[in-house]
Amino acid sequence: MNLKNLLQENRSAIVNQWFETVVGTYKEETRGPLRRQGAPFTNPVGFNTQQGLEGLFDGLLKGMLPSDTSRFLDGIVRIRAVQDFAPSEALRFILQLKTVVRNKLGEKAQEPALAGELVFFESSVDDLALFAFDLYMQCRETIYDIKAKEARSMTFRLLQKAKLTTENQE
Amino acid sequence: MAKLPKPEELSKIDLTPPKTDWMDTPVVFKEGMFCHGSKPKSLEIVGFPNPREWRPADADWKLPENWKEILLEGIADRLKKYRSFRLFMDICVRCGACADKCHFFIGTGDPKNMPVLRAELIRSVYRKEFTTAGKIFGRMAGARELTVDVLKEWWYYFYQCTECRRCSVFCPYGIDQAEITMIGRELLNLLGLNIEWIAGPVSNCYMKGNHLGLEPHTIVGNLEYMLDDIETVTGKRIKPTFNRKGAEILFVTPSGDLFADPGTYTAMGYMMLFEELGLDYTWSTYASEGGNFGFFTSNEMAKRLNSKIYAEAKRLGVKWILGGECGHMWRVLSQYMDTWNGPADFLEVPKSPITGTVFENAKSMKMVHVAEFTADLIKNNKLKLDPKRNDHLKVTWHDSCNVARGMGMLEEPRYVLKNVVNNFVEMPEDTIREKTFCCGSGTGLNASEDMDLRMKGGFPRANAVKFVADHYGVNMLANVCAIDRATLKALMEYWVPSVGVCGLHELVANALIMKGEKERTTDLRGEPLPGIEAKEEKA
Repeated sequence: MNLKNLLQENRSAIVNQWFETVVGTYKEETRGPLRRQGAPFTNPVGFNTQQGLEGLFDGLLKGMLPSDTSRFLDGIVRIRAVQDFAPSEALRFILQLKTVVRNKLGEKAQEPALAGELVFFESSVDDLALFAFDLYMQCRETIYDIKAKEARSMTFRLLQKAKLTTENQE
Repeated sequence: MAKLPKPEELSKIDLTPPKTDWMDTPVVFKEGMFCHGSKPKSLEIVGFPNPREWRPADADWKLPENWKEILLEGIADRLKKYRSFRLFMDICVRCGACADKCHFFIGTGDPKNMPVLRAELIRSVYRKEFTTAGKIFGRMAGARELTVDVLKEWWYYFYQCTECRRCSVFCPYGIDQAEITMIGRELLNLLGLNIEWIAGPVSNCYMKGNHLGLEPHTIVGNLEYMLDDIETVTGKRIKPTFNRKGAEILFVTPSGDLFADPGTYTAMGYMMLFEELGLDYTWSTYASEGGNFGFFTSNEMAKRLNSKIYAEAKRLGVKWILGGECGHMWRVLSQYMDTWNGPADFLEVPKSPITGTVFENAKSMKMVHVAEFTADLIKNNKLKLDPKRNDHLKVTWHDSCNVARGMGMLEEPRYVLKNVVNNFVEMPEDTIREKTFCCGSGTGLNASEDMDLRMKGGFPRANAVKFVADHYGVNMLANVCAIDRATLKALMEYWVPSVGVCGLHELVANALIMKGEKERTTDLRGEPLPGIEAKEEKA
């Protein structure tokens, strides 16, 4: 059996374990509510995380580029970029997929026949992590941009009043 | 040589944070999560205690020596004064029904933002100082000493609650966390522990009549700019009046609508509607603020700031008061003003001069919300509307916490909206009406330095907007709250950039066919109306 089939067979167990890894980054009292299923609007962090991880895992299995699964990654990273995590903590979960996969595959992960595929899979996870870093930075930059825009919007009328603005001449 | 762990061992390292009891988990002040501390001048102007330079992230908060005594006396006073407070301190059984209902808990994942735990921050001290069980059994009875660290925890978390009351909808005992936060903030204010984003507007409001500190000529000047824009769009020059004695109606709105987009478009909408009706109304440059940031400091301060509204209505000799689109303003006016500064027996029961409708619901306080007023106009066919002018918009409705959950105004704005737009989509049921999710920036938390907090707190709301944007192509989030208009814009920019934010009366004014207006080619924002570009190309 090749790696892809093995991962497909273990999809649910791997994604669940991966989800638990992310849930584990939150405080104990918060984990229960995050696990609540079927609540896309009242448990949006748990829901977006679950959906995102499933989408990312499927994308990796299909050999999709990180840019093709960016909406799934965005669903998670955009949340973690504003939560109380250091950047490394916010994105660690992506690299942890490698550990989750190896744990789930157990001894099979050591089989030489799978070595090549496993290296390829793990390097795809690394690529995803690098892509996530770009996304994370975009999120943080958006925050700073929003702050600057708010300040500008608050002072625009004052500048206009003081005749310190210029209009584009057509 | 130290033993090197093997890869299998390394993979078993537990990365989850260690579990500590909440009482043993000290508060860590994180940048982006809190606002700047109040400036001494802002406190001095209104006579708030302990004015001094201080920074929340500093170890020394420059508290008065007897701070503990002041605070405990403050709690004792309020326990005597407010039965609700005593009840809320005693009756919680910690069932956890509220735990995951708070937008700040959902967004931050911080257990201390569970409403039950936020209340425990005060309750634990209450038990220690005011209950026999707490005095004897201490921590076993959920009691703890009041220390500087506890005080800091209060400050951090009572400024992470927007008093939206969503948790109280789910509490089987009806405990109102908003009231606990209000008391928490009152107590903190006894020691000068406010935030400048609240303290500044409060002192401005006290001195100048509005949060932004706009002086009369600036108010008039800002409205003039809007009148220019209205003329460009409609060809009509409107001439509103200011401080006019003998007007039938005094119009009061949040000053935010006079200052920044998109609130300004809403203000333009009011003026166009009133012009079309020929309404006998006046603006006031004295009662120039409907909002009340005093409400986020203490009951007494809120009362002081509110007093100008009835006073101005009396001075001008109007018959009744019309209120603009605002959330907390409406809660303050509708639920508190009459008790604080009434009876307004010099005013008449509000009666629409256009439809003759008597607003019995405002019999005592003598003030009507503009959404009620406009809904009545539409119901009585008094407006000529062309909703097609809003066809470039797919609109969803954000129920602002104070007007919707707090005051039950659920249908009026929807009725207006459905008459002025053709494309209206509701957000999912768990996120609207009395279960609406807060914008995450209310109660004076709409500063810029706490942007991370705002983005987290507003996430559940944004998540529901994203759903209707993705599935139904919604591109506009409408509401009747000045703080919403100012803050949802930022929230959308981060979470759902394809969605804009507007007030209800911006949409009303877009659709409103005014007598003698020129053919409109743009909406109030100067954007081409649907079909106009095609028409121009043809020509």
